[in-house]
Amino acid sequence: MSGPVSLAELLAAALIVLGSGFALVGSWGLVRLPSLMERLHGPTKASTLGMGAMLVASVVWFQLGEGVWTTHELLISVFLFVTAPISANMIAKVHLHRLRTGEQNEAAGPAGPPAPPPGSADWATHEAPHQGTPGDFAGD
Amino acid sequence: MTLSVLEGALAFGFAGLGLALAMNLWRLVKGPGVTDRILALDTMVINTIGLIVLAGIAGGSGTAFEAALLLAMVGFVGTVAYAKFLLRGDIIE
Repeated sequence: MSGPVSLAELLAAALIVLGSGFALVGSWGLVRLPSLMERLHGPTKASTLGMGAMLVASVVWFQLGEGVWTTHELLISVFLFVTAPISANMIAKVHLHRLRTGEQNEAAGPAGPPAPPPGSADWATHEAPHQGTPGDFAGD
Repeated sequence: MTLSVLEGALAFGFAGLGLALAMNLWRLVKGPGVTDRILALDTMVINTIGLIVLAGIAGGSGTAFEAALLLAMVGFVGTVAYAKFLLRGDIIE
């Protein structure tokens, strides 16, 4: 790609810089933040946005540079967007479970422990569903 | 030697993702609890997917993306397996 800078090249370069910058900030948050519940924020949000930007950069580059539409990148980004909240939820559940059973202790971060849910319920990891909640099939 | 705009952006991206992987590795080694280590491994997988995508752009071939898709799937299954094992003491009940 010699000669004048094409629009595709500029757009792809900007998206690559944006994406890797977000991935870097997410990992910096993983190192820097004080407790696990805060550390979950950095990678799960920033990294998926960073990956999204990089995958869009790849789509733009292959479409405008070589004239082919590639769909692998969209598949990867859809897959990441679907799975990132699920794995973050699983990690948070493991964290709550280990805090409750006393297998792991942690100093509270600035956000403190998670607020209890409304009513008499608790952030349960092993409990049966409460009445009236979506997992409660006994009341159907 | 002058870099084109895209080459400069790719160099920045490789350097940034490498630094991000190094920071994840620090958290993986240091992490006070096992949940920090699971989170660090999950983030390492995501950053490695980014590296593979950048390598695909740099190499100009579409074959890197199958590897990235496979890594995304295997990384998700691995994270869920770790979490399920710690929660329930078993992976597939």
